[in-house]
Amino acid sequence: MLARFAKILMVLVWASTSALIAQAEDAGRVAAPQYTLPENAKSCVADTAFMRRNHMNMLKHQRDETMHKGIRTKKYSLKNCINCHVTKDEAGKPIKVSNPKHFCAACHEYAAVKLDCFECHRSTPMETGKSAQIPDIPEHTGLLADNSSAVKQLGEYLKGVKQ
Amino acid sequence: MSKFSLKDAYIDKARRDFLKKAGAGVATTVLGAGITLMAYPDPAAARKPDEPVDASKRWGLLIDANKCKEDCNACVTACSQENGWKLDGDPRHDSQWIRKLTIKNPQGGFTQSFPVMCQHCTNPPCTDVCPTGASFKRADGIVLVDKHICIGCRYCMMACPYKARSFIHQPLEDQKPHAPRGKGTVEACTLCVHRVDRGDQPACVERCSKDGNGALIFGDLNDPNSEISKQIATYPTRQIRADLGVDPGVRYKNL
Repeated sequence: MLARFAKILMVLVWASTSALIAQAEDAGRVAAPQYTLPENAKSCVADTAFMRRNHMNMLKHQRDETMHKGIRTKKYSLKNCINCHVTKDEAGKPIKVSNPKHFCAACHEYAAVKLDCFECHRSTPMETGKSAQIPDIPEHTGLLADNSSAVKQLGEYLKGVKQ
Repeated sequence: MSKFSLKDAYIDKARRDFLKKAGAGVATTVLGAGITLMAYPDPAAARKPDEPVDASKRWGLLIDANKCKEDCNACVTACSQENGWKLDGDPRHDSQWIRKLTIKNPQGGFTQSFPVMCQHCTNPPCTDVCPTGASFKRADGIVLVDKHICIGCRYCMMACPYKARSFIHQPLEDQKPHAPRGKGTVEACTLCVHRVDRGDQPACVERCSKDGNGALIFGDLNDPNSEISKQIATYPTRQIRADLGVDPGVRYKNL
């Protein structure tokens, strides 16, 4: 009798757990975008966690500096982001933001946050011409180690910036 | 009552000149009574990318209407290629970055042709009417639209006496990285601010001297030794609609 009861219990437990697992699979959670560092780059201008939280403020700050004061440092510029974070299609051509695989689009689609930058800005690096800039990799390498204080400073500064 | 003396007037002028220079970014150090060390910035040296613009420069253009020829469109083509705009053939929508104008004297039939673009006024009416501050004048006199805060109301287009601004009606992509432009915002000649910031000349000026007739001169109106200032000091030049008092940075010679 006891053995039979244990058997029923086991079946019940198995059934409920498997149902839970199945439920989780069925709900089909959207996979988080996979982040890979661009070729030749060891790190971004700051670590990933910092960038995830602060990139919009950094871009906003830089845009005002450039637009109104004519400060055109490359490091925190949108152009530098676009030149480095390139996703290419099968043909090896950089994809535009209209493609959900684009570096910016992937995350913004996942987070359901509308992206306005590319209403005016170009979402791919420019292929040719004098104005096309090659990603400045040496400026990036070893930033996490060497520039951690600079990143900290930037974080402190951004906290004080009005949203 | 003070008595006028030539010596005092001379000293006054010297003092004013000194103050002007001090205001124009000249580093001064007073070493002692009557001894002052003044370090002049090299006007030819390009500004470093991390240095903000200041009012020591006032960028301007001088257009020689005698050299400019009616059949030449080099400046317009250069601007279009540099900044990535195209004319869609509808004058109601067309970009007004730069356009060639031909004027004719009905009495004798004498015609002249010259380009008109944003005149980069000292007192720009477009910035007066802008409700968001998107229309603004940079410290070095370049008048720009900050498209990040432009709401597309087009008051500036109505205020501009030169019809130098236009509105983008269609969604765009593949813009030039240095010249972002998009639907719902107003745009105009930027005096190729991205080129000026790296020490180059605007695209129209460069192309005019290469493929055109060398009718355009770009330079610093504040620097008496610049080519543009020398020309303005030597020859009669005029601003279009100078009567409006907006003091354009674009001047015309032989017009």
